[in-house]
Amino acid sequence: MEELLLEKVSTITGAEAVVKCLLAENVEVMFGYPGGAIMPVYDALYDYQEELKHILTRHEQGAIHAAQGYARSSGRVGVCIATSGPGATNLITGIADAQIDSTPLVCITGQVHAHLLGTDAFQETDVVGISMPVTKWNCQVTKAEDIPTVLAKAFYIARSGRPGPVLVDITKDAQFGHVEFEYEKCNQIRSYVPKPKVDYLCVKAAAELINEAKKPLVVFGQGVILAEAEKEFKAFIEKAGLPAAWTIMGLSALPSNHELNVGMLGMHGNYAPNKLTNECDVLIAVGMRFDDRVTGNLEQYAKQAKVIHLEIDPAEVDKNVKTTVAVVGDCKASLKQLTALLKDQKHTHWLTNFKELKAIENEKVIQNETNPLVGDMTMGEVIAQINKVTKGEAVVVTDVGQHQMVACRYAEFNQTKSSITSGGLGTMGFCLPAAIGAKFGAPQRQVIAVIGDGGFQMTIQELGTIFQTQIEVKVLILNNQFLGMVRQWQELFFDKRYSSTEMVNPDFQMIAKGYGMAANKVEKRSSLEAAVKEMLTYEGSYLLEVMVGKENNVFPMIETGASVSDIRLE
Amino acid sequence: MKTQFTISVLTENHIGLLNRVSIIFTRRRINIESIAVSESEVKGIHRYTIVITEEEELVKKVIKQLEKQIDVVGAFYYNNDELVYQEIALYKIPTNVLVAGGKAEQIVRHHNARFLAVEPEFSIIEKTGHKEETQVLFNELEPYGILEFVRSGRVAITKPMKQLKEYLKELEITSLNN
Ligand SMILES: Cc1ncc(C[n+]2csc(CCOP(=O)(O)OP(=O)(O)O)c2C)c(N)n1
Repeated sequence: MEELLLEKVSTITGAEAVVKCLLAENVEVMFGYPGGAIMPVYDALYDYQEELKHILTRHEQGAIHAAQGYARSSGRVGVCIATSGPGATNLITGIADAQIDSTPLVCITGQVHAHLLGTDAFQETDVVGISMPVTKWNCQVTKAEDIPTVLAKAFYIARSGRPGPVLVDITKDAQFGHVEFEYEKCNQIRSYVPKPKVDYLCVKAAAELINEAKKPLVVFGQGVILAEAEKEFKAFIEKAGLPAAWTIMGLSALPSNHELNVGMLGMHGNYAPNKLTNECDVLIAVGMRFDDRVTGNLEQYAKQAKVIHLEIDPAEVDKNVKTTVAVVGDCKASLKQLTALLKDQKHTHWLTNFKELKAIENEKVIQNETNPLVGDMTMGEVIAQINKVTKGEAVVVTDVGQHQMVACRYAEFNQTKSSITSGGLGTMGFCLPAAIGAKFGAPQRQVIAVIGDGGFQMTIQELGTIFQTQIEVKVLILNNQFLGMVRQWQELFFDKRYSSTEMVNPDFQMIAKGYGMAANKVEKRSSLEAAVKEMLTYEGSYLLEVMVGKENNVFPMIETGASVSDIRLE
Repeated sequence: MKTQFTISVLTENHIGLLNRVSIIFTRRRINIESIAVSESEVKGIHRYTIVITEEEELVKKVIKQLEKQIDVVGAFYYNNDELVYQEIALYKIPTNVLVAGGKAEQIVRHHNARFLAVEPEFSIIEKTGHKEETQVLFNELEPYGILEFVRSGRVAITKPMKQLKEYLKELEITSLNN
């Protein structure tokens, strides 16, 4: 009896409340780095090591990218934690990345004592102010009793509607303070409409346009993945025989070998979907936001077409491209309703156009890139070798640059949530930590990190995280001894003036070995196939460095400011 | 064509929201001509009244980005003719010009402005009206020497009827996450 009473009135510290909130949200792994202002939470974590895994990265940027990789491979909220001041500011790049790529994250930062706020105290930064433009929501907590409600709200906001990163800044005194712990999940905030209700009249209008279309084209993005609407999407395009092209963020939502998958959109996308964007009569955008890397010059983008936009975020509608019919709401719901109203169609003649243009791209670009018989090794042939082994089953995480474009163009995928890349922000250094997180998010799957020699060295320290956790990540370095993508632009647009893009690199194999990681380096085509196979079948982490041509370019290409129809093949 | 619009933003009363709201304007390099914030007729809900001069297309985009903020309850924009609005201006002038010829006092009366304070050294005048009106008074008083001048942001009430309470009731339903 007495014990029962005691339990009721007993309080826990704010720090322990943080941990209990995470457990209540079924968080099983988080990524972080300790420091003064967050020490009480770390102390509380010590008692919960069984229930809640904390992965110590080697840099806070590593922690947040890992949380992003986790979120993207698992579809769950990624959690990361850091101390105040420099710890918190080191998260900012990842927060901005998650914001623009709609990744659900809860970031927890320690903060100086409330009475020191605003006084330039040791390791005080106004991280709420700094992160405001790049968070979906953020909040500072100065009282222990506010921790449960704020964290409940944080998780709800991060994962609902169009997902995004949320930051909760907790002062040290709030962590030390006491609270009678009670946790109630949040599922409504009156000022926030996560999923606007689909307007059936708009669905009908859209269906009419699609049924009448002679040359329809679907362009889809990550919205399909975030809404878990892959099945609905497939049914939709199959019923009306709609060719579907993806943005880099939509990659893997539709299997690569699906007959209606017509390839990648945008600057380094495929020839057919870019060209035919300016020939279609109805353009149907699903869960994508018409980024300028996708549209090229907006003045010359799909002007001939009626535009339908299925989108959960009303602020994206008419932002860049004027729509004829907007269907606002969750595309899982709207696609279902729309499909029911569609006529069965094949559009055989229109689809031939895609095949013809694909044949041209194949001959001029793809063959030479994925199966060159002579000359330097290409990035594309390495990816082709990977496909041979993975058969489209692996998670491929990419960094930013030429190798990213090549990997996304050529890697094959059978299942969703398999391509993880920094799309909107283009954050070099994203790949290695994101791959670590991706493996924690999908432990049963093979995770391959495809990185340039430049980007690898931006977060190379995370090899230490792999070493300590013994998690299995395959690291493929496509080494062109240049900051390749920038060099390509210098070659094409700056008279080959290679200003600060040549890299003198260390011995990556030796570095890997220092971290206890098996490693190999390939310099000749004849040993590539075996080396790729060895890496992918090896039990444990593995680093493979492949020396590719120093001055290869990625094509096709739409130059900045050019129209999608001006896509160059060489 | 750029036109003057008044934006009305209704928000929850949370710290930092002013910053979130203003970021949406500064990101797009939109100049905020005036801003006034106060609690609305519903307890706990604040109303921001923001005046900008921009193309309507852009204003629509800004409205949607404002509404997207979690703690923003609603955002609306209006033409000047859909509103009744006012600004308040305060003028500090030397008291001796009032005694000297009497002309300054005539101007003040003529503009329906009123004296808030008359001290031996200075007097304070208050005028409410549209910016043009408070500006005319400023111009006319200027020759007598204005020691200090301040004008508030615009406050506005819309002519169309939609009660905030009704709107909040609707939100209780649409904000459900299902
Ligand atoms: C953090 C960051 N800094 C700079 C850039 C600009 N940038 C884009 S691609 C690129 C070159 C990448 O070189 P590397 O990692 O070697 O990959 P490659 O293009 O050679 O495949 C650079 C510097 C960026 N995207 N991110």
